Amino acid sequence: MTEKRSFTLDQQEIPFQPGDSILQAAQRAGVYVPHLCFHPDFSANGSCRLCVVSIAGKTVAACHYPARSGLQVTMNNSRLQQQRLRLLQLLFAEGNHFCPSCEVSGSCQLQALAYDLGMTHYHYDPFYPQRPRDGSHPDFFIDTDRCIFCDLCGRAGTEQDHKPVYRLGGRGEQTRLLIYSASGKLGDSRAAADDKAAHVCPVGCILPREGHYRDPIGERVYDASPIHWVGNRRRDQHAAPAADSAGDPSHD
Amino acid sequence: MSRRVAIDPVTRVEGHGKVTLMVDDDNRITEARLHIVEFRGFEKFIQGRPYWELPLVVQRLCGICPVSHHLAAAKAIDQIAGATELTPAALKLRRLMHFAQVLQSHALHFFHLAAPDLVFGFDSDVSRRNLVALIQQHEALALQGVRIRKFGQQIIEAISGKRIHGIAAIPGGMNAALDPGAVREFQDRVGDIKTWCEQTVRLVRKLYLQNRPFHEAFGHTDASSLSIVGGADQLELYDGDFKVIDADGALLHRHPARQYHSLLREQVKSWSYMKFPFLADHSPATGWYRVGPLARLNTCCGIPTPLAEQARVDYLTTLGSPVQSPLAFHWARMIEALHCAEAIGSLLSDPDLSSDELRVQGDKCHEGIGVIEAPRGTLIHHYQINDDDQVTMANLIVSTTHNNQAMNESIRQVAAQHLDGRSLTPELLNLVEVAIRAYDPCLSCATHAMGKMPLLLALQSTSGNLLQSLSRDADGHIQYAD
Repeated sequence: MTEKRSFTLDQQEIPFQPGDSILQAAQRAGVYVPHLCFHPDFSANGSCRLCVVSIAGKTVAACHYPARSGLQVTMNNSRLQQQRLRLLQLLFAEGNHFCPSCEVSGSCQLQALAYDLGMTHYHYDPFYPQRPRDGSHPDFFIDTDRCIFCDLCGRAGTEQDHKPVYRLGGRGEQTRLLIYSASGKLGDSRAAADDKAAHVCPVGCILPREGHYRDPIGERVYDASPIHWVGNRRRDQHAAPAADSAGDPSHD
Repeated sequence: MSRRVAIDPVTRVEGHGKVTLMVDDDNRITEARLHIVEFRGFEKFIQGRPYWELPLVVQRLCGICPVSHHLAAAKAIDQIAGATELTPAALKLRRLMHFAQVLQSHALHFFHLAAPDLVFGFDSDVSRRNLVALIQQHEALALQGVRIRKFGQQIIEAISGKRIHGIAAIPGGMNAALDPGAVREFQDRVGDIKTWCEQTVRLVRKLYLQNRPFHEAFGHTDASSLSIVGGADQLELYDGDFKVIDADGALLHRHPARQYHSLLREQVKSWSYMKFPFLADHSPATGWYRVGPLARLNTCCGIPTPLAEQARVDYLTTLGSPVQSPLAFHWARMIEALHCAEAIGSLLSDPDLSSDELRVQGDKCHEGIGVIEAPRGTLIHHYQINDDDQVTMANLIVSTTHNNQAMNESIRQVAAQHLDGRSLTPELLNLVEVAIRAYDPCLSCATHAMGKMPLLLALQSTSGNLLQSLSRDADGHIQYAD
């Protein structure tokens, strides 16, 4: 007889498979855990830290913490929500995120999480960094002002496209999205239109040219429902799920 | 010793301004300066942005007429995207959106901002001169104004997703068709809107003529008029070429809109962030001009909708052409509002509106110039991009900027007529505001300034000494400071 593998997440029993992280198991069970840098197709990175949960009084990242039978995991309490809010505010303060004119507004996971967590202001003084923009590629425009350093593009390039195009360079405040090419421009790199790496950005950093404003207000990914309902989706995925399919594990 | 008067703040005007009156030893007003003292720098910070962002970014210049900025930028990026001719559906959607914008903005300008002065009198109790008092004492009139504005805003919302700062125009067209259900609903309501606009034209006519000598003399300034016009010099708000007439009505220029830079020059003065445009073949001192409803009804030879045309003929027959009194702005404004209501009614019945053919593309180029008639006058957006589609140059000449010197002249006239000796009074401050409001309640987009519109009135000698100042806060408190 096989022992049933499960843990509890906010008192809900979550089954898991060997090798699952808490976040992977929760996603498979249809339970939404806030995150930005995690994608089920790629190795976990643990950089955004928005998936923080509490286990026996210890705060850990759910995307990295291995699921084990009998764990009692707390995801939603006021302390953890406040920590997520502060982490999110740090991300906003670190870049130049001007939602009113951003073409990903309404379909942006960073913005959607900010709404979901009730963010009303930056809290921290904005850095107003000066970062380059890159319009050298015929299919994509890069606006590094909006990069949140999740490295999803880097991991997708390495693990699925099997070619390096994007990577993070520098440390701390000086961290930047860099392009593998002699000139440092995307147009001189091996980037192609159907690269997975170009279609995983959760924010408005790697943009298909002239794409997003074609979505009328009301039809964007998060216009109708919040991210904890829709999941982490991009506009180039299919339409948002119906209300009764919340937490569809096929969402990344 | 001559001296200077300054007004601060101006109320029921959007933005932040200061007026300085220069006075000589004989208490004669020698010069008036409307300073725009805030700065936003849109032309600079949009450099580096991809060109398709422009309609979304620059509409944030203003919350009253964002659609005009949205569409002026859209016309410019159409050219960059190589879209030489839009599909009929896209063009008509844009025109519908623009008519709705002008209608709602004119309703806001007249009913919410100017009507309290006109209905209650410039010298009435300041606590009564506002929209709330208008609703209390003239409920039907005030609510009509609110509903006219709401109608325009709802059309904008149906097309762009939001009443303010929506998304509609994209390079070469529009992003979505108009819902047929919304069209039917607007068709049911547009008849009332036309009727109310007709009534308002009659009202503003009556108010103007009730005290005609005062209204004609108030801030009277002979100026050239500039606008775009359509075929056969018809009133045209979305697309056309420049027509300029002088103060006597004689034709000065017909000029292609995209060659604005050979028609106009801009002068910079140290005391204001707002530039001073003038006709290139004149000096700055003689080449200034007026834009907006007053100028448009001076330059056009007809309005292509019957009720508004009838009102235009009556207006010019009564006042004589060209009209030069700033308070006639309101009359001209409501004739245009009537035109917009009629034009909206026609467009709502147009079968092209239901078409899904909304976008065309062509060969990209590096420059685009969009010229449109915004509610308060001619609006020019000019952009250049590099090979990577990033904006390298932007030049925005907005309505308020065109009217800069005309407003100064009207303020000077008002001050010359009403400055009592050397004393600044709340009454004078209010009259100066009335003159500014006739042109424009929205100084913010001129320097792309933000916030409310407090105004400082300062009295200054010609040698530069501040003699007295009078300011009004946003909450209406008046403060003297010598």
